Order: sequence, then C-alpha cells, then structure tokens
Amino acid sequence: MEVKDQAMNSKQKKEKSSKAERRDLQEAQRAAKAAVKAEGNKPSGSVTSVNLKSAKAAKPPQKVDNTSIAASEKKGGDRPSEKDRKKDVPHPRLQYDDKSRVEKAKRRAVVNQTEARNRVELFRHLPQYEHGSQLPDLEAKFFQIDPVHPSVYKVGLQYLSGDISGGNARCIAMLQAFQDAIKDYAVPPEKTLVRDLTAKISSYVSFLIECRPLSISMGNAIRFLKSRITKLPPTLSESESKTSLQSDIEHFINEKIILANKVIVNHAVTKIRDGDVLLTYGSSSAVEMILLHAHELGKQFRVVVVDSRPRLQGKVLLRRLVEKGLSCTYTHVNAVSYIMHEVTRVFLGASSVLSNGTVYSGVGTACVAMVAHVYHVPVIVCCEAYKFHERVQLDSICSNELGDPDVISKVPGREDVNLLDAWANTENLQLLNLMYDATPSDYVSMIVTDYGMIPPTSVPVVVREYSREQVWM
Amino acid sequence: MDFQVVVLAGGVSKKLLPLVSKELPKALLPVANRPVLSYVVELLELSNLKDLIVVVEGEDAALNVGAWISGAYADRLHVEVAAVPEDVGTAGAIRAIARHLYAKDILVVSGDLVSDVPIGAVAATHRRHDAVVTALLCNAPISGPLESVSSGGKDKTKKPGRYDLIGLDPTKQFLLHIATGAEVEKDLRIQKSILRAVGQIEIRADLMDAHLYAFKRSVLLEVLEQKGAFNSLKHDVLPYLVRSQLKSEVLLNGIPQAEENGSEKVISQSNQQMLSQILANASEPTFHLRHTLNTNGSDSVRRTHKCCVYIAGSSKYCARLNSIQAYNDINRDVIGEASHLSGYSFSAHNNIIHPTAELGAKTTVGPHCMLGEGSQMGDKCSVKRSVIGRHCRIGANVKVVNSVVMNHVTIGDCCSIQGSVICSNVQLQERAILKDCQVGAGFVVTAGSECKGEVLAKKWN
Repeated sequence: MEVKDQAMNSKQKKEKSSKAERRDLQEAQRAAKAAVKAEGNKPSGSVTSVNLKSAKAAKPPQKVDNTSIAASEKKGGDRPSEKDRKKDVPHPRLQYDDKSRVEKAKRRAVVNQTEARNRVELFRHLPQYEHGSQLPDLEAKFFQIDPVHPSVYKVGLQYLSGDISGGNARCIAMLQAFQDAIKDYAVPPEKTLVRDLTAKISSYVSFLIECRPLSISMGNAIRFLKSRITKLPPTLSESESKTSLQSDIEHFINEKIILANKVIVNHAVTKIRDGDVLLTYGSSSAVEMILLHAHELGKQFRVVVVDSRPRLQGKVLLRRLVEKGLSCTYTHVNAVSYIMHEVTRVFLGASSVLSNGTVYSGVGTACVAMVAHVYHVPVIVCCEAYKFHERVQLDSICSNELGDPDVISKVPGREDVNLLDAWANTENLQLLNLMYDATPSDYVSMIVTDYGMIPPTSVPVVVREYSREQVWM
Repeated sequence: MDFQVVVLAGGVSKKLLPLVSKELPKALLPVANRPVLSYVVELLELSNLKDLIVVVEGEDAALNVGAWISGAYADRLHVEVAAVPEDVGTAGAIRAIARHLYAKDILVVSGDLVSDVPIGAVAATHRRHDAVVTALLCNAPISGPLESVSSGGKDKTKKPGRYDLIGLDPTKQFLLHIATGAEVEKDLRIQKSILRAVGQIEIRADLMDAHLYAFKRSVLLEVLEQKGAFNSLKHDVLPYLVRSQLKSEVLLNGIPQAEENGSEKVISQSNQQMLSQILANASEPTFHLRHTLNTNGSDSVRRTHKCCVYIAGSSKYCARLNSIQAYNDINRDVIGEASHLSGYSFSAHNNIIHPTAELGAKTTVGPHCMLGEGSQMGDKCSVKRSVIGRHCRIGANVKVVNSVVMNHVTIGDCCSIQGSVICSNVQLQERAILKDCQVGAGFVVTAGSECKGEVLAKKWN
C-alpha cells in the first residue's frame, strides 16, 4: 500500500497525469467519506483529530483506512482542518416529519409518548406530544428504569413536570445529576472507560431529550463533558478519572455560569444610571442579579416587569424584586408599546445567541426588542458565553419548542372562561404554544457577556476564538 | 434506586377476631384463597422491588409468616422477616428494625393493603419534590350492605370511624392536614400558619389514607428517636410531620446536599449560595418557600419540609383489611370488580372453580364465586358471590350466599350461610342457619342452631 502511494506521490510531483489525478480525487473522496462515517458512528461532539486516529486504529485495518491515513499525511496541513470543520458541524436535530426516523426513535424510547392531535402544519417538524399522559407514565415506571441513574431520572421528572425552567437552572441541574451518575459509575469488565462512559452519557441525554427537548446551553455543556471524557489520559486509573471528571464539571459550573454571572453583573451595572427606568421581560436569572446588585449599590431606578401568558414567569421575578425593596411596575406584553415611552433601557435575558447575532430567547422577547427599537430605547442582552452557538437561524420556525397547548385554553383563577375547553374536538382549530423566538440582531444594541460588552456582530468571533479546546480548560 | 421497603404485617389483630388466631396471623388471612400479604408482595415484585423487610408482631406469628414466605417466594425475592414484641405499634416496629435501614428513603407498606396502584408513582413524587413524607391516598371504598351490623354488637358511635379528613393545597400535591375520622368528634383544628401560607385549603372526606408511606430515612429515625411516645405512624408520626411542616424542627441534612468534590473544596461559600439561588429561583415557589421569605428578614432560618401526597387514579383499586366488614368487602371485590388483582383466570361463568373441585348434581355456582382445590359440594347446593376454600366438604341442599368459607370446613346438609365468615376446620352440623356471623377456627356449630350477627368462637385460653 505504501509503495503504491509513494509511486503516486512521485507521479504527482512530476506532472499530474489524468489517471493519477482521477485516482487522487477518488481516494480523497473515499477518505472524506470514511472520516464522516467514523464521526457519525460516535455521538456527535467535537472530536479532535488525535481521537479520530485512535478510533481508526481500533477498527480492523481496512484498505480505506490506510489510504485515508496516508492521504492525510500526504496532503499536509489542510486535511485536518477540513475534517475538524466537518466534525464541528453539529448533528442536525431529528426532524419529526420524517416518519421512519420517528418510528426508530420511538422504539428506543424510554418515555411513552402519544402524539398530539390537531397539529399545526407549519410546525410538523417539531415534536409535539400529549402532555397529560407522560408524567404519570414515567412515574409509574420509577423502579423499572434500570439503565437511567436515579439523579438523572429525578431531573428528567422535574423537566417533564415543569418544576425546573430557565436555561441556567436546567443546565446546572443536569450537570449535577451527571456528577452523581459519574460518581456511581463503574466500568464494566472488558470495556474502556472512555467509550462506555460516553455511551452511558448519551443514553442519559436521550432520556432527558424525551422528557423535554434540550436547550442550547445544555447542548453546549454536554459537548464539553464529552470532550473532557475523550481527552482523559489513558494512564489514569478509574477512580482518578472519575474525580477528575467531577472536578471538571465543578469548574465548568463555577467558571462558566457562576463567575460569568458575576462578571456580567459588574459590567452591566455600569450602564444603569440614577433615574433610569429599566424594562425587563419574563424572568431571567442574569437580569435579576443585575437589578438586585444595582439596588445594593444604591442606584435609584425603577423597574418595569413585562409578563406574558401562559407561563406568567414575570410574577415570580416581581415578587422577588419587591421583597428587596425595588419599586416595580407590572404589565403584560400586550401593553408594551404603551409603556415603552417611559422606559430608558431594556434588559433582556437570552437562552442563546447565535452566530449571526440573533438572540434566541423566550417567546415575546422579539416583540419587546422591536418596540424598544422603534422608540429608540437601547436593548441590552445579558447572556453568558457558554450559551453561544455557531448555528445561524433566520426565523423562529425552523427550530423551536412546542409547549402544551392546553395551558393556552385555560385562564388560571377564572374558571368561567372555558370557551376553549373542547378545542381538540373542533377540526379546524389548532392551538399553538411556542416557547422560543428569534430576535434579529438589528434590534439588539449590545450583548453583555463574561468576555465583556460586545456588539451582536462580534458573537461569531467569540464563538470561533473562545470555543476551541484550549479555552474549555 | 435507594429505596428500602418495610412491610408491616401486624400480628394478631384484635379487630379481626375471631378470624385470626395464633396459628393464623392477620397477614396470612386468606382473601380469595390467597394470604392477604401475598397481594402486597406481588405488587412490590411487579415494581421490581425485590429486597423486603417484613415486620411481624409476636414470635409465633413471625415464624408462620416466615415459613409461608420462604415457601412461596424463596427464589424470587429476598425477604427478611423481623419479629417485634407485641403492642409496640407501627412506630415501635420501625424503631425495632432501625438498624437494618440504610437507604435514603424508606417505603412503609401496611401488610393488609390490597391494591394495584403503581408504587413507582409514589416514589417518583417523593423524589421529585424532595419530600420528607409522601402518602398514598385513594378513594374511600364504598362499604358493603352490612355496615350497620358490625362485629361486636350495636355500636352506634363507631359509625363515622371509617374515613379520614384530609386537607390538601389547591394543586393537590401537598398534605396540609390529616385526621382520622375516629378522632374527630365535632371540631377540626387546622394550623393557622399553614392556612395563611397557602391561602386555600381543600378538606376532603372521600379520600382514604392507604397506609403506604415513603419517608426520608434520616427524618423518620430522628422523629422516632426524639418522640419516644409516638406509637403509631399513622396517628402520631404523620400528623406531627404535617403539623410542623412550616416550622420544621427536624434537622435536614444540609439544605441541598453539597456536591461531592473529590479532594478539593473549590466552591466558596458565596458560589454555593448563588448556585442554590439559581436553582431555587428556577422553579415555581411552593408555599413553603414563600413562607420562609415572609419572615421579616431576621436571620433565624425558618426551615420547612414538604409532605406530599399521591392521589391514586379513580380506576385503581385500593383497600385495607382492617375490619371484618372490610374483609367481606375485599373478598367480594377481588373476585368481582377488581378481579385482575386475584391473578386467577375466570371461567366462562365468571367464576373460578378449581379443576379438582367436585360439584354435585344440580349444584349451581353463581358468578363472582370461587371454589378452592379439592372441595366437594353435595347436590342441589347454591353458591352465590362467595369464596370457598380448599378441601371443604359441603353437604347437600346448602345455600352459601355472600360469605367466605376457609379451608377444611365441613358443612352438613341443609345449611344456610349468609354474609358470614367461617374459618378453617369448622364443622357445621346439619340445618344450621347462620346470618352475618363469624365462626372462629375449629368451632363446631351444633345442628339446627340459628345465629344472627353473632361471633361464635372457641374460648381462648
């Protein structure tokens, strides 16, 4: 094999004959295909080229592999970067209007999902399940879910029942559950820690996805965890690997979430002056911390909390702010244009910021940002850097999450408003409960992250520079 | 899953005399020809809980129960039978086996529970809310037609004693008040602090406490240690925990458990605080949190703990065998509506007749009946809605209606048995007429006797 390649090499150096050229091309394509296949066999994640080679060596030596390794050596520098770029492209999400894939996923599923009726055509590619039946079903199986660790199970239950919401909290809960799972993990005989633990984490992740689709922050955290697992030096013993992983998760939570929040708070309070009227939408942990810290520093300002049905998260934020002594105004999103003329700054939280500067956050944020833009009020988005993603999204339709439509039809506290109770029986009525929306970057003035205060156009720079392996510790 | 199961199988209950005796403890009382304990054990086995501790009062009873369990479940389950002295109450029983308990949460099941509620659901609710105790509530069973004629004569004051008064919060997840019907004569006293914190409390009299609890082990053992006078889980420990849920005095081991850190203590105090703050802010605050926040900023940390409930769906069957009336009802239900519990398959006539049972000529066995192994019935008999045990010899012209007949019973000709319970080894001579009676084991009913609402038993020595 080597001789042939060298012969080809020499041929290439002299002049490219047409046959060798075609041969080259063919082998390059075969190598690329093998690279993609090798990456596809593993769970999606940022895999380094070192790992790729070791995986290849583990496979029975095939002709294709030899040529690909030889090809990579031949072509020099640019091969690995192309492979890296392909590896970095995250797996596309399961599109739920593809029947065969959905069937396959159902067979492997732990949670029994019954598909909802009356689905909106435009959103058929997103999963929508009957919300009433999932929780009791999962609860009844409590003692039978052997492959899922109890902490992960508990977190899944909390997601499913809506006990935990908010990007940071979900991410932290999941990471803490993984810490417990790693602590109790024991390598089965004849398996390596790296492979088996990665497979186990993948199974936990698919269980959590069945309970509630992952948020982008959770996806980034999982990618980080998997990359740390694959980077474990093989010389470490099992218990040392486990403690190292646990402390890695600890560091991640501390630095990327807790410390990042502190830095964001310190940056953002400089933008609050005395006499300001600040508007916030929904309930974001970062914005809440900013407001409380500014109040502690003694700044005089008042807050307008804008809320929306059906979740009414603003009420919870309002209660906490009022308890600390801030003067607040509370209104719903339908009145935001009436109150915007009083407002001097708008602070918003984000579930994620995408590469083209689009802010992906709770539904209604885009509305608030656009109204603020019309009234020339600066919009400041506070988001930790670990939530950034290299995806580009232009609208709120191609990737979103569908919530429970029944909560739209009910008004809490008003039992007499029950006109929509039998909505499922009406054939030409469909209820849609979107959870997220995308705010275009034109409406965002500034993004405050733990790397500083950046304009939305700098987000891809942060993603590119700071999400390389060396910065994930 | 870090759960341990304790089955409280009781001993020789006074309420069920004369059905129970020294040889037949309450746990082995047959319901549809299966010991009542077997229903609990099967339910646990279905939920994959294979490690049980069965607590029995009294040494002899423990031996009997142990013998039966090892006979029936030797290889399928791992059961430890513990004997405790009599009359210590359920709380005392837990105190006695406290050193065997190591898991984080304990499931305490009463051995006389006949149900098909998935136990996993109770455990899941317990874990989800991180509760200190979770109780299973089910719809109170509608009692049979013989309610007024209870055993022991005409005791009018005992009538409302069957149900419990349960106070729930509007989301029906938390338990705010519990009182057994027997204790409540005229008034119901509710903690004002709880009412103020929650705002709305729903009092229900149609739910029954099924005596299946999930406890957090550390809290349970601490309460039992501190309050040595507590005798019963249901009457003492549970109401105490419910009453004190907003001013908790039990030491919760660290408010959320700090993460295991390996060797380094990286988390500083403020980081930990922020972490728990983010997590706490994420969820809808329950009234427990709101209550702690409402204390006027003083540094005293008001701790609260949560008492949750799981309300079984209306389609599930749940009943407790704690009186003779209940015994009759359960027998009727298990072969009637809740026939999936009995585990037997029904014949075409909707009854279960063992293949070795012999029926005489012109004998009718109605629907919802059960005939045990080796039983023989004479001619012209009629059996309606009854359970007949093994190896019974029933003469001719016998009518058995709405009754339970246990094993090895001899019934003479022309007897009529209605609404009664006849224990093992009893001999009924001919033309005996029994209505709403209970006949203890080994008794001989003389010929021609007519009894209504009596308890016929051999004198205990």
